[in-house]
Amino acid sequence: MGSQALSQNNETFEINLGPQHPATHGVLRVKLTMDGEYIVDAEPVLGYIHRMHELMGENRTWAKYLPNMGRIDYLSALSYNLGYVQLVEKMMGIEVPERAEYIRVLTTEMNRISSHLLWFGAFVLDLGGFTPLLYAFDDREHILDLLESVTGSRLTYCYYRFGGLYNDVDDDFLTGCTQFLKRLRSRMPMYHKLVTGNVILRQRLVGVGPLSAEMCRKYGATGPVLRGSGVNYDVRKNEPYSIYPELDFDVPVYSDGDSMARYMVRMDEIEQSMRIVEQCIAKMPQGEIKAPKVPKLIKPAIGDYYHAVEAARGTFAIRAVSDGKNQAYRMKLRAPTFCNLSLYQEASKGMLLADALAFMGSLDLVIPEIDR
Amino acid sequence: MDLNLVHMVLFLVGIIAFAAGNAAYLVWVERKGAARIQRRTGPCEVGPAGLIQPLADGAKLMSKQIVFPDGIDKPLFMLAPMFAMIPAVMIFVTIPFGPVGFGPFADFMIVAREMNIGLLMILAFASVNVMALLLGGWSSKNKYAVISAIRGVSQGIAFEIPLVITAITIVMISGSMQLSTIVEAQAGGFWNWNWMPLQGNLFGPVSFIVFFICFLAETNRAPFDLGEAESELIAGFHTEYSSMGFGLFFMGEYANIVIGASLTTILFLGGWTSPFPEFVPVLGASSFLWFLLKIYLLIWTVVLIRWTYPRVTLWSLLNLAWKILIPFALINLLGSAVLIKILPMLGL
Repeated sequence: MGSQALSQNNETFEINLGPQHPATHGVLRVKLTMDGEYIVDAEPVLGYIHRMHELMGENRTWAKYLPNMGRIDYLSALSYNLGYVQLVEKMMGIEVPERAEYIRVLTTEMNRISSHLLWFGAFVLDLGGFTPLLYAFDDREHILDLLESVTGSRLTYCYYRFGGLYNDVDDDFLTGCTQFLKRLRSRMPMYHKLVTGNVILRQRLVGVGPLSAEMCRKYGATGPVLRGSGVNYDVRKNEPYSIYPELDFDVPVYSDGDSMARYMVRMDEIEQSMRIVEQCIAKMPQGEIKAPKVPKLIKPAIGDYYHAVEAARGTFAIRAVSDGKNQAYRMKLRAPTFCNLSLYQEASKGMLLADALAFMGSLDLVIPEIDR
Repeated sequence: MDLNLVHMVLFLVGIIAFAAGNAAYLVWVERKGAARIQRRTGPCEVGPAGLIQPLADGAKLMSKQIVFPDGIDKPLFMLAPMFAMIPAVMIFVTIPFGPVGFGPFADFMIVAREMNIGLLMILAFASVNVMALLLGGWSSKNKYAVISAIRGVSQGIAFEIPLVITAITIVMISGSMQLSTIVEAQAGGFWNWNWMPLQGNLFGPVSFIVFFICFLAETNRAPFDLGEAESELIAGFHTEYSSMGFGLFFMGEYANIVIGASLTTILFLGGWTSPFPEFVPVLGASSFLWFLLKIYLLIWTVVLIRWTYPRVTLWSLLNLAWKILIPFALINLLGSAVLIKILPMLGL
């Protein structure tokens, strides 16, 4: 229907979606060339919140760069912390105590749940349903309270240290997590009943914004976007790190490639993350939370290092080149939503404006992470 | 002194007060209701339970500067908000609220000017609302506003057709366009109301549902609030409006909800007649209180719907109107015609 309408007349107009617009959840600007309600071209314009995180990595010491990690993707900051500290540990050959690894995975997965919950609310808000947002925030608030009690901050965490953690968790935190899981388990069916099963929601998501596995590979899309297109790829399974091989969890994969598939992947991931957290609590070993011998001065050997983790939005990878000094020679951060957004221009051609925004929401963009 | 004139002036003042008061306090109801649904408290600072909030909002809106952006069509820009509010107030003139029902004036009908073509007049004035949308969006010189205006017009036109067809069905059943006659035909308990499939009209529930959906769409309410799809079009056709320009659009929207609910009540829910048969003491009496109870229950349903459902897209909205509601409304009209007029004519 779209291409037919386009061919009939050539009168187009441009509108700016952003940088200040309710649907972009940040300062993303999309230059839309429209033909009536149809999109002829959607050109994302980036850079409104560019903070040069990569350059910062090259002109400060390895330890000083750690707080930057919480500010790239502020919604799943702990995954980024984890990726960075594991890179440094890999470079320096530091062994991390098992308890620290368990706590890291536990907190990272809690953070993933909170990130997906926020996405869930914001996504339904994009579709015009306001109420789920506040319920999702209500649940997320519990996670933030729990994480605040151990990390000291609510959003831009800086909890992990090279070789361990900043702080040990206590039993209150663990029982709090158990209680929260119980609460979320009882609320997930409600979300599915009220939102997933809703006729209007299904109408707006099923078949909208189809992405083929080819397309995802072409643009390097990862995370729920890739898994919603039927590709079973999760860094936690495919390039295992930390204690993930010891844990029992599934990678939800849906093959439809539409917005509904991406929605379902994220909703199922919340369930899987809950399973991981439960196992972490059950298996939590006693012991130290910090490696006994961590060098005060981090000076990795000359070399090219790479480490990838599965963040809430996809593969977060760091490639760092060290020239043997106390700061990186080159720091390259691979942000998942940057790649996920780059397919937007091609995929949104011929879409209705409303569908294009639903599609954008289903990509789960975090603008500071795109710009870095 | 001419008593008729006093009656007229009193009613005009009363109607304007009713329309404005409803518009202001439905905002409060909506905010409180939404807060309840979303586990918040809603407005609570100004007055007890935030009851003074609408007045504070009104005072704020009135004291704000009206901004005229460069390049707008100023006369139309100023005219549009009036088009939103004035027809809404006009419609209240013909809406009968029903008899007092108790006390010394039990039979006194609360209506400013009952007309024998009341329904026609209401439908005619209700369609002026689309003009407000179009003019407001068009004169703003804002692309979002224009898109929203175009959406609003195509939506308004699409849903007016099934709305009117369904109204014709009711006119056919009761044989009059006078609203009080339509109500009187439904007297004597809730099973006589037009939405019940008794009374020889098997299609009552279909009519009611079609009419209610059209009422939601006509008043630009969620899930059909495409004109104000904030995730797509910022604030839609009133993006450029500030101060009371915006205030009038806002009040017009709520006044239209009251009108829609009143019309639905009159056509389908028996207006001011009691749901109980007449021999039931006290509760069996017809009264404007029944009318108010019914319209506020309907309005509360509308609020519930808004805060529960996501928004539909333009295409599925138009498909709903043209492919589902209009055929249903036509079949409904034809079926009712056969049942009510043709079969009795043939002596069946």
